Amino acid sequence: MVDLLDTQIIDPGVDESIAKLTPERIEKTINRVLTEETGARLQAYLETCIHCGLCADSCQSYISRDKDPDYAPVAKVKDTLWEMVKRKGKVDGEFLHNAARIAFIDCGACRRCAMYCPFGIDISYQIMTVRRILNLLGVVPQYLQDTTNSHAVTMNQMWVQQDDWIDTLMWQEEDAQVELAGTRIPLDKEGAEIMYSIIGPEPKILAQLIANMAIIFKVAGADWTMPSTDGWDNSNMAMYSGDFETMGRVERLHWERAMQLKVKRVVMGECGHAYRGAVYDGPRWLGWTKPPIPMVHAVEYYYELLKSGRIKIARKIEEPITVQDPCNIVRGRGLHDKLRYVVNAICEDFRDMEPRHEHNYCCQAGGGLINCGPPWKLSRMKSNRIKADQIRETGAHTVITPCHNCHSGIEDIIGHYKLGCHVSFISELLVKTIEMPDAGGEA
Amino acid sequence: MYEFIRGPLVWIAFIGFFGGLAYRFITMARLAKKERVVLPTFDAKYGLRSLLHWVVPFAGVNMRKRPFYTLLSYAFHICVLVTPLLLMGHAVLWQESWGIRWWSLPEGVADMMTLVVIFACVFFIIRRLVRPEVRNVSFLSDFLLALLVMAPFVSGFIAHQQWLPYKPMIIIHGLSGALWLLLIPWTRLVHMMWFPFTRAYMGSEFGAVRHSKDW
Repeated sequence: MVDLLDTQIIDPGVDESIAKLTPERIEKTINRVLTEETGARLQAYLETCIHCGLCADSCQSYISRDKDPDYAPVAKVKDTLWEMVKRKGKVDGEFLHNAARIAFIDCGACRRCAMYCPFGIDISYQIMTVRRILNLLGVVPQYLQDTTNSHAVTMNQMWVQQDDWIDTLMWQEEDAQVELAGTRIPLDKEGAEIMYSIIGPEPKILAQLIANMAIIFKVAGADWTMPSTDGWDNSNMAMYSGDFETMGRVERLHWERAMQLKVKRVVMGECGHAYRGAVYDGPRWLGWTKPPIPMVHAVEYYYELLKSGRIKIARKIEEPITVQDPCNIVRGRGLHDKLRYVVNAICEDFRDMEPRHEHNYCCQAGGGLINCGPPWKLSRMKSNRIKADQIRETGAHTVITPCHNCHSGIEDIIGHYKLGCHVSFISELLVKTIEMPDAGGEA
Repeated sequence: MYEFIRGPLVWIAFIGFFGGLAYRFITMARLAKKERVVLPTFDAKYGLRSLLHWVVPFAGVNMRKRPFYTLLSYAFHICVLVTPLLLMGHAVLWQESWGIRWWSLPEGVADMMTLVVIFACVFFIIRRLVRPEVRNVSFLSDFLLALLVMAPFVSGFIAHQQWLPYKPMIIIHGLSGALWLLLIPWTRLVHMMWFPFTRAYMGSEFGAVRHSKDW
């Protein structure tokens, strides 16, 4: 039985939008997506699922909520998409409210269940189809819709203006120079080897991460650049709100900027969903099988630098540390071994989580969930109990989270479940532990 | 009636079964072509790698987590496919009608395999009723499908043992068997055809695109 407190949550983006809908529009929109935007994949999934329930145990929200059958992955499809198909789009406002809660809050599209379904049915894809329908109906949690609006207007997630962008980079360059003389943040350097791209929240609220990366690039002697204008943001909340048109625009601009700068590859910061958007969902919407230039996630890049000796660790961190495998770079890119290589290089006392690698539990914050904002936070926390237990069992003081959503999500978990530890990006630990060149150096 | 079942119905069932599957396959392939990235995503190496891990018992994590269910499920699927094909009674019919001879199972083995199918179907039905996460997603059609799969095996077994009058039982056996074949392309039983594709697609996405495993 669905948690009654969760069903009572009011979100203007959901409820006020539903109040404006007519039955005709609902029916037409649902049927349009089911006939024109989906095809063989969805049909095969709908027909192949034999309702066996073997996916249930894969889902952290199902496990965390004492195996409540309504939170099993298959139940989430049953209560949304199956009904829409069965009723041929003739569903009411109450149904849509429920569908929005399930699609935007209870499922993070982490794809863990796809590894537990004997047929490999992609439940995440089906939930994303529900989100797409809801988006076309204007039924999207308000906070999430705001980030999508920001993408549509400013081409970044956090309403960062052009002057703020440049100003932040210059400010971070100065900060980095205090730590390591001669550090630069080169803008629009055509033909550089690397374009470094980040997500909107970095200049907005976590600007020091940019300085960290500038220091790492400086130590490694990298030939890198950042774009001075739009296209610098690789995050993509439109992908999660179901606004695929905006998702496509964001991804296209990001890749166009990289092409204009004639870089050989794009290195991106520690974010999971941005990787998914840039490498997978975005290109698919644009009809590309892969991005035009290789994209390298920060974890992969750190691995490369450490392995080749371009950066060296001077002193390891001694306190116990664990690591969160972000879904979108582990299930989504198989970076778990490289991640452990990096973590082991930095830490003396690394304590792994169980289950791990592709079988890690999602933080229930990615997939656009945390972006749905305060109204839904408590509901999210209820789905996070298993993650909290997992972290507690490691006894670690720090949880490394090479993903922004994992970072914020696990911070919430630590606060809610009083775990008494803290979260950290890899770059924060790297700048504390790497061997810096002797003072001085040229700009 | 018996003559009808012995003659034209067999034709109807086989033509309906193969025709239905062919029709579904062709229309699905056309539909798949319209989705720009579905067909180009299929990757032989990673698709087969995933398929292999989900065809070999206990190769996947979820299968290892529930050993009884895995064993029963494999036993059921092998028996449900092999028994009708290699049953001596069926082989005799093939030979009488078309002169085709092939190897058939010893009677005792076929009986055991039939009982495995029946037991598994009863288990699946009870599981649907007992396990909350399965009951929650079970519809009348799920129970009917399990009964439909079971029906030719139960009636065939009873007829063979001659526990009840032979002729009526064999008529029920023929009718339910034909219905079963005819419905496969149009119900969730079609998973027998889509399974290799859904699995290979997921394997291709996980392997080729996402560099990870899906088992």
